[in-house]
Amino acid sequence: MAAFVAVLGITTTANSQIDSRFDALSSTQVIVEQQTDDPFLDAADFPDDAEARITGLAGVRAAGLHWALGANTRVSAQPPPAGGRDAVGTISVMAVSPGFWSATGVSVKAGRTFDAALADDRVAVVGEGIADQLGMADVGGQPAVFIDDVPFTVIGVLRSADRVPDSLLSVSIPANVAARYWGRPDPPARMIIATDVGAARTVADQTPVALSAADPDHFKATTAVEARALRDSVSSDLGVLFLVLAIICLVIGAVGIANTTLVAVLERVSEIGLRRSLGALPRHIGAQFLMESTALGAIGGLVGTSVGTWCIVGVSLAKSWTATLTPWTVVAAPFIGAGLGLLAGLYPSLRASRIEPIEAFRR
Amino acid sequence: MSSSADDAVVQLTGVARTYEGFPPVEALKPCDLTIERGDFLTVVGPSGSGKSTLLNLIGLLDRPTSGSYVLDGVDVGPLDERQRTAIRGHRIGFVFQTFQLLPHRPALENVMMATLYRASARGDRLASAREALHGVGLAHRIGALPSRMSGGERQRVAIARALAGNPSLLLCDEPTGNLDSATAESVLDLFSQLNAHGITIVLITHDGEVAARGNRTVDIRDGRLTELSRRDGRAS
Ligand SMILES: Nc1ncnc2c1ncn2[C@@H]1O[C@H](COP(=O)(O)OP(=O)(O)O)[C@@H](O)[C@H]1O
Ligand SMILES: [Mg+2]
Repeated sequence: MAAFVAVLGITTTANSQIDSRFDALSSTQVIVEQQTDDPFLDAADFPDDAEARITGLAGVRAAGLHWALGANTRVSAQPPPAGGRDAVGTISVMAVSPGFWSATGVSVKAGRTFDAALADDRVAVVGEGIADQLGMADVGGQPAVFIDDVPFTVIGVLRSADRVPDSLLSVSIPANVAARYWGRPDPPARMIIATDVGAARTVADQTPVALSAADPDHFKATTAVEARALRDSVSSDLGVLFLVLAIICLVIGAVGIANTTLVAVLERVSEIGLRRSLGALPRHIGAQFLMESTALGAIGGLVGTSVGTWCIVGVSLAKSWTATLTPWTVVAAPFIGAGLGLLAGLYPSLRASRIEPIEAFRR
Repeated sequence: MSSSADDAVVQLTGVARTYEGFPPVEALKPCDLTIERGDFLTVVGPSGSGKSTLLNLIGLLDRPTSGSYVLDGVDVGPLDERQRTAIRGHRIGFVFQTFQLLPHRPALENVMMATLYRASARGDRLASAREALHGVGLAHRIGALPSRMSGGERQRVAIARALAGNPSLLLCDEPTGNLDSATAESVLDLFSQLNAHGITIVLITHDGEVAARGNRTVDIRDGRLTELSRRDGRAS
């Protein structure tokens, strides 16, 4: 029973932990994609003032576009004549609008990211790993990076980008500049919106209309709720696994009770004989042992609940989680224990009730 | 002495018991035995002669392979197990060589077990248990645990338990077998005293001196039963 409660409790704790992690990332985030399979609206794209339109919505903190430049884009730290072709393909280039940085909450290791003032300049922000690869530990000297031979000034190095890990492995340049040199985004651009807590759903509903009142269907905004579906399936798989584990523990417990009761029956043959000689019917004997095993199960459930609860608290402390235990588990455990005891006691009780009173004399 | 059926507690006619097996054991050959109300019958015989077999039959713990058994005027042969259990519980008290007490329950509770499987009120059961313990001279040991008692005290508790149900018949299988001679003497004195108060007793022993306590003695040898002596006419 202890194992049962502990396993169930740790499952709930782990689940709620997963919940809170997902929520921290997702419940304030909306992602807008374009419906590219729409044959008639092939030419549609995010409007030029997309960022401003979305930022104007209530509950939006920041919004930014981003898309990846084609895989053939060449990136080099050397000017054109000497420009090595060797770096091609290993470094990707992302086009991002200025709002992207605040919408994704990146942290900067050195320098700065570009804002609206720099949105039309040839500047670049690189990930930490890329900076090493291109040999630019410091941005103080305004190093240059050449993208298809076009020079860009590196103004910042990223340390982390939890929501868009891709940007750590990319050279990011202003969207306007990217569009000027390399044309329309292909694959299509996506928008990331950071919202106030709880506003994600509403913002997601309003976004398509805000972007294209004429054809809102072109844009598809997803929130954490969709991400939650994935989370649910992950944690329900986990739940099934843990539940199977808990059930195995229960079965082992039941076998234990059955064994204990059976041993008790065999040890108390003479007591059973005595009771029979005093006028006990087989069903009296059976009921006695059934009650004993039920009580054993209930006590096991109670003790197990407290031991299990302490285990959960212990594990949670060790992992610095918030211990979560559904009251249902705690309340039900003694009853499950009793039911299990009853079930486990069936066979031993049957055996006990079949013992003949004559046994009392044989000892 | 009269042997009218009204006075008989036990009436065995041609009762025999053969245990199945290879070869089958004829533990008790066909025998006739009448036990009158107030009798103190002792059964002697060497080990394995069939004494316990006889006691089990009288105590309704076993069924004879042939013959008829009338207990308190009722032919118990055709009764089902349920009815026999009820009769056993109400009419027969058992005293075992090994006492068969629950060691961790106080004396009073052990004695109250005698009436546990009856529909009587708890107050009545308590009263009858107290009375029985008083009757065996253990009124002062009511709350004591058998595990803390001497052998003689334990057997007295067991006798009190057998008496608490107010049986017609007390069946004792070697009740002094586990006691030293002085203690055995005092327990036997208790049996004589109970018998003097009219309780019918059947007592198994392999000790001739113990057997002499009864007013009648039967001897079993290889399953054959013979009456040895009737010493007084008290039961008639
Ligand atoms: N349940 C049984 N099955 C087979 N044989 C038995 C059984 N009980 C007793 N016997 C045999 O019956 C004979 C009489 O046994 P019992 O009545 O116990 O003797 P006593 O009590 O006089 O020592 C013995 O030979 C014994 O081995
Ligand atoms: Mg014997």
